[in-house]
Amino acid sequence: MSDRVPMILTVNGEEIAATPRPRDTLADFLRQDLQLTGTHTGCEMGVCGACLVLAEDVPVHACLMFAVQAEGTRIETVEGLSERGAIADLQAAFHERNALQCGFCTPGMLVTAHGLLAKGGMPSREEIRDALSGNYCRCTGYEAIVDAVEAVARQRAAIKEEAARETAA
Amino acid sequence: MKARSFSYARPKTMAEAFAVYEAAGEACYIAGGQSLVPTLALRLQAPEVLIDIAHISELLGIRLEDGWLRLGALTRHAETLTDPLIAKHAPLLTAAAPHVAHPAIRNKGTLGGSVALADPAAEFPAMMLALGAEIEIANAAGTRRVPADDYFIDLYQTALEPGELLTACWIPALRPGQRWAFDELARRRGDYAMVGCGLLADMAGDKVEAIRIAFLAVGATPLRAHAAEAALAGRTLDAAAILAAQAALDADLDPPADESMPASARRHLARVLLGRLLGTLQATP
Repeated sequence: MSDRVPMILTVNGEEIAATPRPRDTLADFLRQDLQLTGTHTGCEMGVCGACLVLAEDVPVHACLMFAVQAEGTRIETVEGLSERGAIADLQAAFHERNALQCGFCTPGMLVTAHGLLAKGGMPSREEIRDALSGNYCRCTGYEAIVDAVEAVARQRAAIKEEAARETAA
Repeated sequence: MKARSFSYARPKTMAEAFAVYEAAGEACYIAGGQSLVPTLALRLQAPEVLIDIAHISELLGIRLEDGWLRLGALTRHAETLTDPLIAKHAPLLTAAAPHVAHPAIRNKGTLGGSVALADPAAEFPAMMLALGAEIEIANAAGTRRVPADDYFIDLYQTALEPGELLTACWIPALRPGQRWAFDELARRRGDYAMVGCGLLADMAGDKVEAIRIAFLAVGATPLRAHAAEAALAGRTLDAAAILAAQAALDADLDPPADESMPASARRHLARVLLGRLLGTLQATP
């Protein structure tokens, strides 16, 4: 009973063979077995959003799934997103706008913001707030976080428009 | 806290899942796990075997069949927000979907899981009542369909017997002349609702021919408001009819008092919500 389960999954672009215990959550597996400690464990019951990662490109709680459930799944953590430069603009905007203080919630905030902006389009502040509704921050009061996400949405829209103009010209 | 140790099985077919369940001492099915994983972490449940049903292809898929929309148990909440077949044939479900938890939970949680758990404060179980859905249940011997009206029995208690799987939800496809509305009152977006309501009406102009009204977060199970429905049937949907339905609602609801609010407050919110929703059904308000 409860023997370790051999499995293969992809984490931040790299295929990994692992043998987690069935009871290990994906969050614990990433942090303890893979030393990817950017995924934070806060409430460990799907409320605070500090453990969000991308599974097949959509944000999910790493505390609300067991690692064994991720067999064959493509997982990306905040480390993967930042190393490939996918969220460099978000990180810069969070810095500029003081959208973090202690930083505990920030990985989850970035994953949510990335998930929202990856859908394309220009979300309203209301839509940004709704997307962030599952992410707790106890320092900032959220306003600066919404500002930062909104600023990046604008930047990305402007860059896209510029590119479209150049293609047309 | 962390979950107690368990062993893990990942069947590819329902038959295999039933066999694993049969052989196990105490087993639990997991699909999206968005309610089950915290329950295990808090050790409110401690199965010996966790049976992951997320890879059983028989439980996947959304299709129209003989005037019914069949939603496979593994339909994710996020799909109910965006799927065009659901939007066309069961728009009440689409209307309720943005109120289900938070975006990340909706990416993983499943319709079948929500209806199998039957949380009285959850949106989709109550919508099964409002929609007149039928719940498809399977065991090793075969499959049956249970009307939503007979499915919810008591707190977290349904027509599902131990070891059985909820395989699909069947929803009668929207008919011409039907109107629908959903809303809920919650302290914050994504929080559990203080009260929620969905309704589906057969209308001829402004006359209500028949209506189904279902409430969430007002008792041990999702609840049909039969008295309010009867107060509206056959009437023109005007201010007097709405007041009559609101008055009748008192006979339908007997919410328990809890630490968050007294029963009278919940009754009041239910009346207010019903009035608002009926108002949106009027063709010419």
